[in-house]
Amino acid sequence: MNPLLLWFHKMGSPPTFYRVAGLWLPWLYALALVAGAAGLYGGLFVAPADYQQGESFRMIYVHVPCAWMGLFGYIFMAANGFIALVWRIKLSETLAMAAAPVGAAFTFITLVSGSLWGKPMWGTWWTWDARLTSELVLLFLYLGVIGLYNAIEDTRQAARAAAFLALIGVVNLPVVHYSVVWWNTLHQAQTVNLMGQSKISGSMLWPLLTMALATHVYFFASVLARARAMLLGLESGKDWVRVLAQGAAPSHPEAAHG
Amino acid sequence: MKPGTVSAACTAVLKRDLALTWRRRGDALNPLLFAIIVVALFPFALGPEHAVLERIAAGTIFVAVLLAGLLSLDQLFRSDLEDGSLEQLVLSPHPLSLLLACKIAIHWLTTALPLILVAPLLALLLQLPPPVLPVLLATLALATPLLSLIGAMCVALTIGMRRSGMLLTLLVLPLLVPVLIFGAGACNAAQAGLAYAAPLLWLGAWLALAVVLAPLATAAALRISLT
Amino acid sequence: MAEFFGMGGYGAYVWSAYAVFFVVLLIDALLPQFQRRATLRDIAARLRRESAPSRSAS
Repeated sequence: MNPLLLWFHKMGSPPTFYRVAGLWLPWLYALALVAGAAGLYGGLFVAPADYQQGESFRMIYVHVPCAWMGLFGYIFMAANGFIALVWRIKLSETLAMAAAPVGAAFTFITLVSGSLWGKPMWGTWWTWDARLTSELVLLFLYLGVIGLYNAIEDTRQAARAAAFLALIGVVNLPVVHYSVVWWNTLHQAQTVNLMGQSKISGSMLWPLLTMALATHVYFFASVLARARAMLLGLESGKDWVRVLAQGAAPSHPEAAHG
Repeated sequence: MKPGTVSAACTAVLKRDLALTWRRRGDALNPLLFAIIVVALFPFALGPEHAVLERIAAGTIFVAVLLAGLLSLDQLFRSDLEDGSLEQLVLSPHPLSLLLACKIAIHWLTTALPLILVAPLLALLLQLPPPVLPVLLATLALATPLLSLIGAMCVALTIGMRRSGMLLTLLVLPLLVPVLIFGAGACNAAQAGLAYAAPLLWLGAWLALAVVLAPLATAAALRISLT
Repeated sequence: MAEFFGMGGYGAYVWSAYAVFFVVLLIDALLPQFQRRATLRDIAARLRRESAPSRSAS
């Protein structure tokens, strides 16, 4: 077997995944923190104020990376859901369901920061702008997936049903976006966007890309952490979990971090 | 025993569902009553001025019909699950998606078609301008089968739950946003004297896609929920 | 410094956006840690319960 395939095969087994993900996690969190700090330093201190929006444009350094991650998280969830449904890989089910709350959190931040930007710029907390509306529908799709996953008792069946719903959502999402754009042109809504059509200068762009890197790394860290916690519950009858649980008993608290 | 032909199986499903609906014909009126009540509440809330009602008529009727359809969706597979006939369908040698398509068709025929027939009355209540009525009926004729098809997928996913009401709404509504936008949008465009063919065609395209894919997806979802 | 925190009059909006970003992600980062420890504790407790009768019998 070629080494890459072998690696995937090994990572697919829950004990190996749990151990390797545990090794990676501190590094991923650290990288996310460093990149986030650099991005925020660039965004808050180095980048000049926007000539149209003034200092308020500095919100893009949280708003835009989160908007990207909301969409990326959904695609990640659906791709893992597809793998879970076709090849019935337990790890993919877990990864898909671990991605749902993280993606929903990013979408929620996007909505709140968009609304906080809208108040001074548009004079209102909420407007039925095409992008904001699409984000709202995206949040509902996430909530549907999470709700379905939590409502079905059998965890594996729940994961497969929710993964299927995520796939239906993928088909629906572009249709929602274009229908909302069409509806918006019909009703002549606001046209100013946080990421306008104007060209963005280099000193404004690099902090944005650094923040995007930070949120991506954070996303994977959070998904891995959630997947580890979920795998423990799923495999609670297996030997490797027993060994871990006995090691994590109150007499050896440090083993719980492993 | 040799299994019958596929068409015989489909006919049997169609006949059985029609007979069952006919025996409970009182229940079939519930969505109708619900839509009329919802529509009748709006003038109380917004005041009886004709100009206001005219402006909101098409959108209100659309929302009322969608909510009424949503209300009846829960019943789509409920009784079949309880008496075990749904598992028989899944186990049958015939393509499950076709049998489910028959069930969805009957569901549409018995719950959504009456809603379309009563739509002129709803339009009358809300002072919809008469020239817009044909557009409203056309969009409803395209949108309600979409509701039944999209709803069936979500019902199949939630079938294992005893109380799925609120969750079902959460699953179905985001998927229906484009339907509502294009449907109500076509009516509003017609009312404003603009071209309304494009949204109608979009609805038609979306429906054509759903007719092919939704029964397959419903069958797959049902297999996930029943294992 | 005050100028920096004022953000040209948009301070309240900019800083609340950043606050929401950090609070939501902090909660998101802490939840799986708590969940993992709680699961491990539950399993350990269950193992102790299961092994207790056999130990008293021996």
